[in-house]
Amino acid sequence: MKDRIRKATRHVNQNEGLIFEKSSAGKAAWKLPPLDVPEVDTSKLLGPSERQDLGNMPEVSEIEIIRHFTRLSTWNYAIDLGMYPLGSCTMKYNPRVNEAVARVEGIANGHPYQPEVISQGALQILKTLSECLIDITGMDAITMQPAAGAHGEMTGLLMVRAYHHSQGRARKKVLIPDSAHGTNPATAAMVDYSVENLKSDSRGMVDIGALEAQMNEDVAALMLTNPNTLGVFEQQIHKIADILHAKGGLLYMDGANMNALVGKVRPGDFGVDVMHLNLHKTFSTPHGGGGPGSGPVAIKKNLEPFLPTPVLITKSDGQLGFEYNRPLSVGRVRAFYGNFGMFVRALAYIQANGPDGLRQTTEDAVLNANYIRKGLEGTYELPYSTPTMHEVVFSDRLQAKKGVRTMDIAKRLIDYGFHPYTTAFPLIVPGALMIEPTESESIEEMDLFIDAMKSIAEEVQENPQTVLDAPHSTRVSRLDETAAARKPVLRWKPQA
Amino acid sequence: MLKTIGLRSVDELFAPIPAEYRLNRDLKVPRQMAESEIVDYFRQRSKENGEGYASFLGAGAYSHYRPVIIDSLISRGEFLTAYTPYQAEISQGTLQSIFEFQTMICELTGMEVANASMYDGSTAAAEAVMMAVRLTGRRSVVVARSLHPEYREVLATYATHQGMPLSVAGFGDDGRVNLAELQKLISSDTACVLIQSPNFFGTMEDVAAIAEIAHKNGAMLVVSVAEAVSLGIVEPPREADIIAMEAQSFGVPLGFGGPHCGVIATREKFVRQMPGRLVGQTVDKQGCRGFVLTLATREQHIRREKATSNICTNQALVALMVNIFMTVYGKVGLKELAKQNLAKAAYAAGQFARHGKILFSGAPRFNEFVINTQEDPQSINGRLLEHKIVGGLPLKKFYPELGNAALWCCTELATRSAIDAAVAVLAKDEGEGSEREATVEEVAR
Repeated sequence: MKDRIRKATRHVNQNEGLIFEKSSAGKAAWKLPPLDVPEVDTSKLLGPSERQDLGNMPEVSEIEIIRHFTRLSTWNYAIDLGMYPLGSCTMKYNPRVNEAVARVEGIANGHPYQPEVISQGALQILKTLSECLIDITGMDAITMQPAAGAHGEMTGLLMVRAYHHSQGRARKKVLIPDSAHGTNPATAAMVDYSVENLKSDSRGMVDIGALEAQMNEDVAALMLTNPNTLGVFEQQIHKIADILHAKGGLLYMDGANMNALVGKVRPGDFGVDVMHLNLHKTFSTPHGGGGPGSGPVAIKKNLEPFLPTPVLITKSDGQLGFEYNRPLSVGRVRAFYGNFGMFVRALAYIQANGPDGLRQTTEDAVLNANYIRKGLEGTYELPYSTPTMHEVVFSDRLQAKKGVRTMDIAKRLIDYGFHPYTTAFPLIVPGALMIEPTESESIEEMDLFIDAMKSIAEEVQENPQTVLDAPHSTRVSRLDETAAARKPVLRWKPQA
Repeated sequence: MLKTIGLRSVDELFAPIPAEYRLNRDLKVPRQMAESEIVDYFRQRSKENGEGYASFLGAGAYSHYRPVIIDSLISRGEFLTAYTPYQAEISQGTLQSIFEFQTMICELTGMEVANASMYDGSTAAAEAVMMAVRLTGRRSVVVARSLHPEYREVLATYATHQGMPLSVAGFGDDGRVNLAELQKLISSDTACVLIQSPNFFGTMEDVAAIAEIAHKNGAMLVVSVAEAVSLGIVEPPREADIIAMEAQSFGVPLGFGGPHCGVIATREKFVRQMPGRLVGQTVDKQGCRGFVLTLATREQHIRREKATSNICTNQALVALMVNIFMTVYGKVGLKELAKQNLAKAAYAAGQFARHGKILFSGAPRFNEFVINTQEDPQSINGRLLEHKIVGGLPLKKFYPELGNAALWCCTELATRSAIDAAVAVLAKDEGEGSEREATVEEVAR
């Protein structure tokens, strides 16, 4: 069986305890310069507020810290190690020039409150990126403030709310397709909209009849992901927009899958009123083990008065600056101006690609996904035969007959040297395998992946237990998540 | 590849998109650039962005030294280019580091549990307040006016559609929450009191007294800590029920305001209402220690509209910077670092006091102080800029009642010579100003 696995092999893997277990008094990795001002009597300055003890904070040397985190790092999978086919997550290559330019002194160390006259560099970056994103989305204006996709959703829905309020009609609910990401309903709840589920039709698209039936003047917006989480482009998108607009509703687009559209089609051209982007998906800023992200929200002109404050403007003297006095604004959604470091990286990505490169990126992402679809069709069941864009969703129906589910196949994929695809999502496909290769993968890497998936399918027939027990080659085997949740241990404590 | 798929052209892949929506022109974005041009572009922007200035700005974003090993370690692709650690078997590096992060945040804050991060200090504070609303079943909130003004704005945005009435408790002559006013504002519908300590003016709040008032009325106390380095020398707000932190001070670049690193810490009994990811310890099939994301039933991907928050992506890589910083300084270094901050600010305040009035001097403070001057601080800052110095933050925009007050910050990076230079610029104008006045007088005579 081992000879089937071409991409990965075992190698020596260092053990490493918790940092606290290495700590002992007197070790240090820090050195402060000599104090050039008079020392102070801390107890006199702070009185009872003075802290006496820092508890169990570690004391370790620099080489120990380097080894500690280096060893930990080797326990992670990463894009830098290979394909990361997580559907709807767009795990593409994170160019290193992005990291280099984000660390240039004036960019890394600019203070958010430094005077505008010495902030023109940062403001120019903000302005240029904003203009690029506005053209890419086909919208009219943008806010860069939201820190991540879900934060962008909240910001977008707050603007939707403010818009309806200004129309003199507060609306009560938001329609969300059953294929949507969990953040959509969670966001709607945060801005006090009730959520109404919208069914998909047999092709995996919005059921137009159902939408017409459910649309009324209580509906503030439809939150739609396009292409949707099946990777299917909503062909009737304009019809959908018309149905909403006819009753005064707005079309919100979750831009999670924008990697299928950039340079080829613009949401602003097919009826979208408000949408967020994920710079950490489409625009190559690193996922970093879960963040930071950035979730700019692009809007049509009618929503512009409601943008969060401050708004970037060009002043009469040609200098860039912020405008704070915007009476209809939804307010601030975070301190300062957004995850600026991510803007720098996203702009560097756009510059490295240019118009042709961005278009080709999209074409390659869609081509790659269709190559994998073709390669695995027949081996895994395709629940919807509708053409797909940048990702493809299979189901585990054929394998489930042997008692093997999508999560088991995913875990076995680890032994083959790949990160699993997205499992059990979207919810409309029971036992979903959601695969998004992105444009970053070569045909060689994808062939390895297809071979691995086919090999696992054979294993399911011949020896399902191998798959059920996977992964076999990782430093820890399947972890007991139930025990972790039942009696949570959320921090280290010294042994009594 | 096209042949394998059975297509003749790439365009066929886009056939599902109705032709009338397809873009038939180039995007209006900059032309493709070589790596050398990209680097040059950002170097130019850097030069236009305060490169080489000495700065005395704090106010929620602090300039501390960042040990070089932070960037060497977080640049490892295995950290930088990994996804959220849902697949525990191949994410133990990220998971264990978050577990250590949670532990150290607990140690520093005196709380029992901490999450894996929030977007920033402002959204952490707003989410902590919403958590208190869920826990108490009450709706209204009392916010200190000495809380960062932008945090207050963010809370107002979050509160608008939650039907959460907000009231604001002012500050007294010592720059701290006016306890009598707080007492009056608090009611049986108050879910929580939200304060910041050290507060926006750099002053330590009387957390124990505020906690007593809150708890006596059945409300929770949420404390925002925006200057994390203070925890090295200042007693943490142990009386709080929830602490909402901004950990940027711990090794995170200012970055023109982000990405920074919010965190929420609280008591174990409140953990199920906590927003954000949590890492917990468990064992694998062989009984080996391992770590997983846990208590996910609080989160949006499981609970959808019933989740504690919509947060998904957080600030993981920034939390790793914070983690490494805390590990480098550790038990002794953090205290010494905090002491240097205290000494620098005390020295600077002493020097500035000769040319203006230090406000709120009746209460202990950390590394920030407020000075009120005869001259408009905007004009002082204009002259300082000529010397490549960025002066303190004029407070008029946020606190019109404070007139010519400005908020100055001195971290360990503020050198005595930079402080003296700033004081000299400030003093010089006084001299010139009085000379000018003298000239005017002579003419009048």
